[in-house]
Amino acid sequence: MSTDFLYLVEVLINGLMAGVMYSLVALGFVLIFKASGIFNYAQGVMALFAALTLAGIMEGQVPFAHIINAILGTNIHHFGWHVPAVLAILMTIVVMVGFAWGVQRFVFRHLVGQEPIILFMATIGLAYFLEGVGDLMWGSDIKTLALGLPQGGSRWLEDMTVGWGGDDFYGFYIDKLDMVATIVAILLVASLIAFSQYTKHGRAMRAVADDHQAALSVGISLNFIWILVWSLAGFVALVAGIMWGAKSGVQFSLSMIALKALPVLMLGGFTSIPGAIVGGLIIGMGEKLFEYTVGSLVGGATENWFAYVLALLFLVFRPQGLFGERIIERV
Amino acid sequence: MKMKKLAALAIAASVTAAPVMAELVIPDLSYRTGPYAAGGTPFSDGYQDYFNLLNARDGGIGGEPVRILECETGYSTERGVECYESTKGEGALIYQPLSTGIAYQLIPKTTADQIPLHTMGYGRTSAADGEVFNWVFNYPANYWDAASVMVNYLLDENGGSLDGKTLALVYHNSAYGKEPIRTLETLSEMHGFNLTQLAVDHPGQEQKSQWLQIRRERPDYVLMWGWGVMNQVAIQEAANIGFPMENFIGNWWAGAEHDVTPAGAAANGYKSLNMNRIDDLPVFAEISSLVHDAGNAAGDGSNIGKVLYTRGMYAAMLAAEAIAKAQEIHGVAQVTPAMVRDGMEALEITDARMEELGMAQIGPAFSVSCQDHGGTGFGIVQEWDAASGTWTALTDYIAPDDSVTGPLVTEDAAAFAAENNITPGCL
Amino acid sequence: MFYREAGDFKTSYAEDNQTFPIKFDRYRYWLVLAVAYLVIPFMINDYWANAIFVPFLIYAIAAIGLNILTGYCGQVSLGTGGFMAVGAYACYKLMTAFPDVNIVFHILVSGGVTAMVGAAFGLPSLRIKGFYLAVATLAAQFFLVWLFNKVGWFYNYSASGQISAPERFVGPFAVTGPNAAPWAQYMICLVFVTVCAVVARNLTRGTLGRKLMAIRDMDIAAEIIGVNPLRTKLTAFAISSFFIGISGALFFAVYLGAVEVGEAFGIQKSFLVLFMVIIGGLGSIFGSFAGAAFLVLLPVALKFVGSDLMGWPTDLVSHLQLVIIGALIMFFLIKEPHGLAQLWRVTKEKLRLWPFPH
Repeated sequence: MSTDFLYLVEVLINGLMAGVMYSLVALGFVLIFKASGIFNYAQGVMALFAALTLAGIMEGQVPFAHIINAILGTNIHHFGWHVPAVLAILMTIVVMVGFAWGVQRFVFRHLVGQEPIILFMATIGLAYFLEGVGDLMWGSDIKTLALGLPQGGSRWLEDMTVGWGGDDFYGFYIDKLDMVATIVAILLVASLIAFSQYTKHGRAMRAVADDHQAALSVGISLNFIWILVWSLAGFVALVAGIMWGAKSGVQFSLSMIALKALPVLMLGGFTSIPGAIVGGLIIGMGEKLFEYTVGSLVGGATENWFAYVLALLFLVFRPQGLFGERIIERV
Repeated sequence: MKMKKLAALAIAASVTAAPVMAELVIPDLSYRTGPYAAGGTPFSDGYQDYFNLLNARDGGIGGEPVRILECETGYSTERGVECYESTKGEGALIYQPLSTGIAYQLIPKTTADQIPLHTMGYGRTSAADGEVFNWVFNYPANYWDAASVMVNYLLDENGGSLDGKTLALVYHNSAYGKEPIRTLETLSEMHGFNLTQLAVDHPGQEQKSQWLQIRRERPDYVLMWGWGVMNQVAIQEAANIGFPMENFIGNWWAGAEHDVTPAGAAANGYKSLNMNRIDDLPVFAEISSLVHDAGNAAGDGSNIGKVLYTRGMYAAMLAAEAIAKAQEIHGVAQVTPAMVRDGMEALEITDARMEELGMAQIGPAFSVSCQDHGGTGFGIVQEWDAASGTWTALTDYIAPDDSVTGPLVTEDAAAFAAENNITPGCL
Repeated sequence: MFYREAGDFKTSYAEDNQTFPIKFDRYRYWLVLAVAYLVIPFMINDYWANAIFVPFLIYAIAAIGLNILTGYCGQVSLGTGGFMAVGAYACYKLMTAFPDVNIVFHILVSGGVTAMVGAAFGLPSLRIKGFYLAVATLAAQFFLVWLFNKVGWFYNYSASGQISAPERFVGPFAVTGPNAAPWAQYMICLVFVTVCAVVARNLTRGTLGRKLMAIRDMDIAAEIIGVNPLRTKLTAFAISSFFIGISGALFFAVYLGAVEVGEAFGIQKSFLVLFMVIIGGLGSIFGSFAGAAFLVLLPVALKFVGSDLMGWPTDLVSHLQLVIIGALIMFFLIKEPHGLAQLWRVTKEKLRLWPFPH
C-alpha cells in the first residue's frame, strides 16, 4: 500500500472521530426539536454551563463568589474541599434538571403554540441569560476538568502499523480521547433509543413528538415530558461539554461548538437521532478530506465553510435532510 | 421615536457637563468577559494595580493622582470604539487596548484626536516608524521582531545554520496571526529553511487537520501565533501527536500559565517568547501590601506574578515613566496628551531605573526617538516546567535582525503614508 | 382624542393610499424627521455619533434589509454578516480604485454588487425551507468571510489583511476617515436610512410586497394564483442584500473606518441583525428601527447605569448585562411574541379609541 493512500485512510478515520464529537453536540438539538419543535440555539451554552458547573463543583468553588464579594465586601472563593468526580457529575445532573424545570416553568410554558421562529428567538434569549449566569456563578477563567480521561495518540496502534507503507509512514494516529468519545456516543445513543423504545416515559416522549394533541388526549402530561426532554438535552450537553472541555479546558469558547453541530443537523435532519450520528460522520469525514486534498491548494482553514457547503449540497437533493421526516405540503 | 428626543436631552446634558481636569486620567480598555477573558483579566489586573500602587505609595505621578477609567470591550472592535469615545472626553492621556483589532481602529482616531496610542508587542508593526505614525508607539517590541528573534534563537540552537530545515507556522487566521508571515518568508529565503503555513480559523477548537499535517510532514520546528482557546488546543494536540515540545515555540501571546495548564504534564518543555522577564520582583511585595491588603486589588488578587499580569504591570510602568518624563520636559504636573506623547518620544528606560522601581531586568533597556517608536525588539525564550508550574527563562534578551525587519517596516509605513496623504516628519 | 380618522376626509385615491392615513401620525412623522435633520446634527458630539446614532442608523438599514427577506418573504437568513462584508469590501475596492468618484455612488454600487451576490446565494431557497434554509445561508456567511480573509486582492495585499477607509468627501465635508465631523457621519447615514426606509416602506406596500407576503404565507398557494416563486424569492434576496450591502459599506467606511472581516462581519453579526428583526417585529419597517434601537441602546444604557452610576466592577456589569438582555428578550416574547412593532400597533389601537374604549 502506498504511503499516500495510508495517510488518506488516516485522515478519513480521524474525520470520522471528529464527526462523533460533532454528533455529541447535535444530539441535544435533535432531542428538543423532535419533542417540542424548538430549535434550541442555547444548546452550546448549555454545554458550557454544564461543564463549568461540573468543574466548579469539583473544585469546591463558591457559586456567585464574585457578586457576593462585590456586594458584601467579603473575600470568599472556595469552600476548601474537592468533590469526587462521580458525585460532582451527579450534582451537575441535578442542576441541569433544575435548569430544565426552570426553563419549562418560566419560559416555554408561556409560549406554547407560538410560531417556531418565536420559540427560536426565546432560546436566543435563554442563551444570553445562561451565558451571563454561568460567568457570574463560576467566573470567566479557564478551568481544567480533572476527570482522568485519556489523552494523546494511541502508541499501541502506532507501533503496530508503523512502516506499513514504507519508511515514511509513521503508523496510524488515533486520539485516545476520540476513542472514548466514540464509545460514549455509542452508549449514549443506545441508551437513548432503549429509553424511548422500552420505557413508559420514553414511549410518552415519542407520542408527544408525533402529535401533541393526541398525546394530550390519552393523558400524557406535556409539561412533564418537556421537562424530561430538556433534562435529557442538559445531560447530553454535559457529556459534550466534558469531551470538548477535556481538549481545551472549560472556557467561554466552548459555547461556540454549537456552530460545529449545525451542518450536522442540516445533513442528518432535525428530527432524527441516527441522523445526528450519520450526519456527524459524513461532515467530519468530508471536511477533513477536503482540507487534506484541496485545502492546501487554496490556503487552508477551509473546514468551517466546507462543512456547510457539503450540507447544502445534500439538502439540494433532500430538502429535509438525510433522515428527516418528509415535508408534505398541502394547500 | 421618543428615544430620539430623550437622546437629544441627554446630549444637551452631556455638553454642559465639562470634564473635571484635576487628575491624570488613564483609560484601561480591558476584557474580562468573552472568548479572550483569560488573557485580558491578568493583564488588566497588573495594569491597574501598578497605578494604584503609585497612588498609594507616591500619591500618583509627580504628585498628581492617577484616575483609572476601566471600560470593558469584550475584545470586540465596536465596543472598543464605544469605550474610546466615552473615555477620551475625560482627558485620557494614553490608550493601550490589548487588541490588534481595536488598535487598528484607534490608529487613525487617536492621530486625529492627538492622543498617544501605545500597542506594546501587538497592533500595527509598521507603527515603529515614528515619522509616519507620530502618535502611535509599539516599543519595546513588535511581531516582526518576534519572528526574527525566534529565527535567531533557532539559528543559535543549530550552530548558525537552518539550511534545509523545515519550520511550520501555526497561526490564528486573522490580522494578528498573519503579521509574521512576510518576515518569516524573507528570513526563509535568507537562511534557506522551508516555511509551511497552517491557518487555524477562529476560535480554533478543532485543529486536528493541522496537527495531522504536522505529524505527516514532521517539520523540525513549529512556531505559533495564537491567542485564546487556540493556544490550549494547539498545545494539547501537539502533545497528542507526540511532537517534541522543546521544538514548539509560541510567540509572547501564546505563553501564559493558562495556555499550558489545561494540557497538564504533557505541556512540559513547551517554549514561548516573552518580552518581559518573569521573576519574583520586589515590586510585587509592595503591590501586595499597599494595594491588595488595602482592598484595592483590580481583580480577585490571584494573578499577581503571572506572565500577563507582569506584562500588564510593565505596560503601566512604561506609561507612568513616559508621563513622568513629560512632566520633566514641560515642567508641569498636570500634563496633556500631547505632552505625554513628547514624554514617550523622549523615553529612556535604563537598567538602573528598572532596578530602582523594584523590577530589575523586567525588560531590555531601550530608548525611543522620533524616528524609532519601536524600541529594541529584544525578546527572551522561556520554557514551561509543568511539575513546578513555572516558566523559566532559557536565554538572555535576544536581538532581532534589524536588517530584515527595518526595510519591511519602512516599506509598509511608506505605503500607509501614501494611502493617507501623510508627509513623514517629526512633530 | 387627536389620534383618529374621524374628520380627516380623503378626497382622492392618492390621499387614501398614503402611508400614514391618520393626521396625527403624519405630524409625528414630520416631527421626527425635523428633529433628526434639524436638531440632532447641531447637538451631536463624537460620543453620541460613534457610540449611538451612527451604529443605530446603520443597523437599522441592515435590519430593514433582513426584514424584507425574513419578515415579508419568510426566508430566514443567517448570511447577513457575510453580505455586509460584501458591501464593505466592494466599497473598499471602489474607493481605492476610483478615488475621484463620490463616495455616495460607491456605496450605492456596493449595494448593487451585494444584491447580485445575495441573489446567487438565494438560489437554494427554491428547494430548502425553514430552519434548513437558515442553516444553509450560514454556508454563504462562512464562505464569504473565508474568501475575503484569504484572497489578497480584496484587501489590496496589505500585510495584515485589514482594510481601512481613506478620507472621502461629500461636497466640502469629509464623511469618512478620522477627520470626519460627527454631524457629517451622522448626516450621511441618516440620508441613507431615510431613503432606504421610504423605498422599503413603499416597496412592501405595493405589488411586490403583496407577492412577497403571499410567498411567505404559503408558497404553493402563491404559485397557484400566479406568483412566480423563483423570481419573487430571488427578488427578495436581491433587494434585501442591496440594503444589507449599503449598511455594510457604511459600517466599514463611515462607522469603523478599519475592519477585519472575521471580527467585524463574523457569524455574531448575522445573529445580531436577526435578533433585531425578531425583537423589533417581523414584517414591519418600524420594527426594524425599534429592534436596532433596542440592541444598540440597551447595552450602552446598562453599562452606563452599572459602571458609571453604580460604580460596579466592569466585568460584573457585562455579565449582568447578558443576564438582563437575555431575561428581557424572553420577557418580551412571553408578553408580546410579535415584537416591539406589535406593542406599538396595540398602543395605536388603544389611542384610537381613547378616551372612550367601549
